[in-house]
Amino acid sequence: MTGEDKELFASGHRACAGCGEGTAVRQILKAAGPNTIATVCTGCLEVVSTGYPETAWEIPLIHAAFENSASVASGVEVALKQLGKKDDVKVVAFGGDGGTFDIGFQALSGMLERGHDITYVCLDNEAYMNTGIQRCSSTPYGASTTTSPAGKYSIGEQRPKKPIGAICASHDIPYTATATIAYMSDLKKKAKKAIETKGPSFLHVFVPCPTGWRHASNDTIEISRLAVETGIFVLWEAEDGDICNLNVTVKPKKRKPVEEYLKTQRRFGHLSEEDVKKIQADVDEKCEKYGF
Amino acid sequence: MTKVKITVGAINKDAGSSRRYKTGGWRTMKPEVDLEKCVSCFKCFDYCPDGAIKKTDEGIEYDLDYCKGCGICAKECPVEAIVMVKEEK
Ligand SMILES: Cc1ncc(C[n+]2csc(CCOP(=O)(O)OP(=O)(O)O)c2C)c(N)n1
Ligand code: SF4
Ligand code: SF4
Ligand SMILES: [Mg+2]
Repeated sequence: MTGEDKELFASGHRACAGCGEGTAVRQILKAAGPNTIATVCTGCLEVVSTGYPETAWEIPLIHAAFENSASVASGVEVALKQLGKKDDVKVVAFGGDGGTFDIGFQALSGMLERGHDITYVCLDNEAYMNTGIQRCSSTPYGASTTTSPAGKYSIGEQRPKKPIGAICASHDIPYTATATIAYMSDLKKKAKKAIETKGPSFLHVFVPCPTGWRHASNDTIEISRLAVETGIFVLWEAEDGDICNLNVTVKPKKRKPVEEYLKTQRRFGHLSEEDVKKIQADVDEKCEKYGF
Repeated sequence: MTKVKITVGAINKDAGSSRRYKTGGWRTMKPEVDLEKCVSCFKCFDYCPDGAIKKTDEGIEYDLDYCKGCGICAKECPVEAIVMVKEEK
């Protein structure tokens, strides 16, 4: 067994069958290694992995409140510096999209601005899943959630997704990247790079949620891949906050129509041909900005 | 109901103790690998959300104590070495 095969996120966690968060966290902890202290705010990751008196974590973990994974991680980092141990120990903060885009954003912005040596990982499943699929500023246009239900008078979520990566990078932090689980080597490389970066880094990881997106449990990786192949989710990295010169790390040669992505999930099942056309036009415009 | 003793600050020093909880019981479908076909690419190992696949010299081995039967490994195997079969208990 090589070092990379050692599991730091143990089996027996209670995530739903096919949950993308399980795959992502297994890999990110391997990239961080055993000399890591993690924080996690509430959300599926915390709930499925810390059912007291059990824990899936093989490294020290502090459970923060919903809004302050980044603040608690900041405190851990400062304490390690005071003890002269920061060079040996990595600090990784985890948050869901609700805990990052919305409620924990102020704490995150402070962490980035103060320049702590922390990697912040956002596990983005595009809604508040743990409490029953409520919309978030990460929820994409047209998705039906329990608080943006599609029906006769509504298309579902009516606002576009908040560009969290660009917003974080704009704090002029040394490293920002987006990743997703289908592109495993890209994810591993970026996680390593983020963790080895001195100073704050932000990793935005797109993770399908079979329960909230209403897709088959075996489609998790395929949907993560389709998100990139259609241009719905763009894989990029930026150094020193230079989002004008960001590097798109995976460029699909020919983008697939967004319909191929949308039709895999029942949260988009109500969309009409016209709606799909609008989403395609929005994606085309976005991808042009990214240069592909 | 089992009684649980709560430690001060609910500090849990029992790292990795979730392994006591066998999620294999959730399964309705079960993966089976044909090692003649397996090319040891270990994509399934990387993609499994539950760490229920072990690498071996011959390819892979399942840990059915934890496999939830999601079917990701079977779907992502590039040489179709894995099939999902109905769980019989
Ligand atoms: C201050 C506060 N508000 C609300 C909650 C209830 N709550 C717990 S988990 C959760 C949803 C988490 O969503 P997200 O951060 O996207 O993570 P996910 O569960 O989707 O992985 C909410 C609303 C809480 N614990 N604390
Ligand atoms: S609800 Fe979604 S994010 Fe939460 S454990 Fe289930 S699949 Fe994972
Ligand atoms: S079916 Fe799912 S949980 Fe079971 S081994 Fe395959 S990927 Fe892992
Ligand atoms: Mg979420």
